[in-house]
Amino acid sequence: MSRLIIRRLLVSLVVLWLVSLLVFVATLLLPGDPARAILGQQATPDRIAALQAQLNLDAPVWERYLSWLGGVFTGDLGTSAATQGPVNDLLGDRIGASLVLLVTAAVLSTLVGLALGTWSAVRRGRAADHTVSGISLVIAALPEFVIGVALIVLLSTTVFPLLPSVTLAPPGEPVWSQPLQLILPVLTLTLVVTPYITRMMRATMSEVLDSGYVEMARLKGIPERTVLTRHALPHAIGPVAQVIALQLAWLAGGVVVVEFLFRYPGVGQALIDAVNNRDVEVVQAITLLIAAVYIVVNLLADIVGIVTNPRLRTEVSR
Amino acid sequence: MTAQVTLTHALEVEDLRVNTLAGSPVLKGVSYSIAPGEVLALVGESGSGKTTAGLAALGHFRRGLAPAGGTVTANPRDGQSVEVLGLAERRRRALRGHTLSYVPQDPALSLNPALRIGLQIAEVLEAHGYGASDDERSARVAEVLGEVGLPADEDYQRRYPHQLSGGQQQRVGIAMAFACRPSVVVLDEPTTGLDVTTQTLVLRTVSELTTEHGVAALYITHDLAVVAAIADRVAVMRGGEIVESGTVEEVLRRPSHSYTRELVDAVPDLDGGGELPTPDADAATLRVTDLSVSFGEHRVLSDVSLTVHSGECLLLLGESGSGKTTLSRCVAGLNDDHSGSVELDGTALAASTRRRSADQLRAVQYVFQSPYSSLNPRRTIAQSVEVPLEMLTDLDRAQRRERVGQTLDKVRLSRELAQRLPDQLSGGERQRAAIARALVTTPKVLLCDEVTSALDVSVQATIIDLLCELRAELGTAMVFVTHNIALARHVADRIAVLRGGEIVETGPVDDVLSDPRHEYTRQLLANTPRM
Repeated sequence: MSRLIIRRLLVSLVVLWLVSLLVFVATLLLPGDPARAILGQQATPDRIAALQAQLNLDAPVWERYLSWLGGVFTGDLGTSAATQGPVNDLLGDRIGASLVLLVTAAVLSTLVGLALGTWSAVRRGRAADHTVSGISLVIAALPEFVIGVALIVLLSTTVFPLLPSVTLAPPGEPVWSQPLQLILPVLTLTLVVTPYITRMMRATMSEVLDSGYVEMARLKGIPERTVLTRHALPHAIGPVAQVIALQLAWLAGGVVVVEFLFRYPGVGQALIDAVNNRDVEVVQAITLLIAAVYIVVNLLADIVGIVTNPRLRTEVSR
Repeated sequence: MTAQVTLTHALEVEDLRVNTLAGSPVLKGVSYSIAPGEVLALVGESGSGKTTAGLAALGHFRRGLAPAGGTVTANPRDGQSVEVLGLAERRRRALRGHTLSYVPQDPALSLNPALRIGLQIAEVLEAHGYGASDDERSARVAEVLGEVGLPADEDYQRRYPHQLSGGQQQRVGIAMAFACRPSVVVLDEPTTGLDVTTQTLVLRTVSELTTEHGVAALYITHDLAVVAAIADRVAVMRGGEIVESGTVEEVLRRPSHSYTRELVDAVPDLDGGGELPTPDADAATLRVTDLSVSFGEHRVLSDVSLTVHSGECLLLLGESGSGKTTLSRCVAGLNDDHSGSVELDGTALAASTRRRSADQLRAVQYVFQSPYSSLNPRRTIAQSVEVPLEMLTDLDRAQRRERVGQTLDKVRLSRELAQRLPDQLSGGERQRAAIARALVTTPKVLLCDEVTSALDVSVQATIIDLLCELRAELGTAMVFVTHNIALARHVADRIAVLRGGEIVETGPVDDVLSDPRHEYTRQLLANTPRM
């Protein structure tokens, strides 16, 4: 088992390295010159050349890549062209803020999705099942900004003015100091992701409940609760973990739109600002970060898949 | 007499009716009863309702089925008799696994792949509060493993199902069923899919346990030879009804119902067999020389050589994993990763179908094991049969149509059936279609890979008759791959026995069956149940 996991880990590292290449090349291809973008249209050629030298833009491409990659490894993500400060400082708080959003939404949607899916599968064909399926299909069809706007209209305007529609935390103060302002963004992300997990869990669970070993467990007279928790659930978790991983990875990207919608001071906001300012170093750092989240989440799903499957778990010892 | 018998029966099923939720009947009033220590065999073809009748004894109905009348009465050894169908689900659950237990058809599907086998046996005991302590329960787990002839040690109990062979898995299934010392055990085709040697072991285990502990057993099967080996009485089912029942001797020797007679006649017998066409013994059509295949470290075939003459049928006999399918795939060019040569009429064939000429491809054709998965579900039978002609001949459309029509006539599929999709046909009709598709190119060599093992006995008999006729008529050389030695005299002229990738014995059918040289062949013959 450990050999399998180590192999997956190595593959992930290679993918991450490929992503770093892609990110670097992609920022090279962005139209316009960063130095000119920073200095504006009126800049003299001398000043542009000076800035280019300062930003190390005149060095060969591979040298710039290596020095950037070296920086990434040593925890130095470079200097933001827009703020002239280190990228690390710029992103530090924002990563924390985004993580709060992501982790809360991930935990909530996973728990709710698994529970609803199982509940629905056990009541297959009955009214409760049809209701869950219908509602989750409708929500799954809505894009995140529609859900977000609908929630704002419903919960923070004239209908039920309960929650703030934008994040109002003053700069420097952590976002979670005012928990109320977290509710809407978290709710939006959760609503976007939960339907997929629910539907996948329902489908997998239905299949497992129809399997020979579940029928056999019932014919052995095992109590229904034990049949579910011991015989059915472990088999449903593996395949569903893959879907959960995809959804959580999507969260890492989807957070950009949701943060923008709620003016939430996270990495998504930072990414949009950085693209507007042609702040290359920040764009590189954030893209790499989001890619890393994708890879880590998928790696975790693979490990869950290996651990819940005794065939893979005992492969080496056989 | 009835009243007296009633008292002693461990299980009585009276006029049991089961309908689908839509209301169409699946069981139309089935009655049977079993005394302690007795084995009742329930025989019938697929779809006759025998599994439904067996599961109903535990008060269990599969999705889409519901009881529509009748009673199921269990008389436990030590307790009050109960009417199972009248109980609430909770009380039924308490009976299942405790008083009434079940051994499933396919242990590979019915054992939970993620749980250790020790736990899967122990949980039956736990669920029914068997024994006073954990120690007592684990002692019982070890004991019951011993009773079914498996090692009882801790290491063995910690194995997962995939670490056991099929026969061991089935014995774990039997151990689960007998763990709580039940009064009634329902065994649903427990040996289908096991090779004969393992089948004998499992049958012996079952009959020992039932006699020793006075358990009433319902043994569901379609194999009449197995019935003769294990059962005391037989009930024959057809279309949701029991058409005949009685002692094994009565039913199998002197069947009174016409359907039973049909079934009995269809069973292939080692001694039986009709007249076979005589092959022309001149040139060898197919010659395989020193064929070896390895999958990674594992050597599947080592230096296999064989010849088949035109008009001759070679029975390639072997248990699962012996390499018999790999061998036929190599001959067909479906497995190109091998050493050694395959010659047809003296010309070497390329290892891969891609490098064989259209002529060579037409000359070697393959019929697969399962007619359910080898026909394209989106093509009509006629379209499927026409494909080889489109690919391998220059015939125009009208000529192809005519040839397809002729071939379908040969396998006796009506033109009307030919316009249907595969899922509108029965298993036997589908296998005929698959044979037609192979024959449409008039091959010199026909490879039949377990072509009857997915079919019922009576259908198997008709397919075998058809293959023999076609062979006589067309002079095709045939390789008939099977695990069932009982078919030998019915289809083949010669036998090659394959074991662990090597041919251990070969010769004319009569010689091999009457005077087997190799220990393995003798063992196979001894373990094959006879009627």
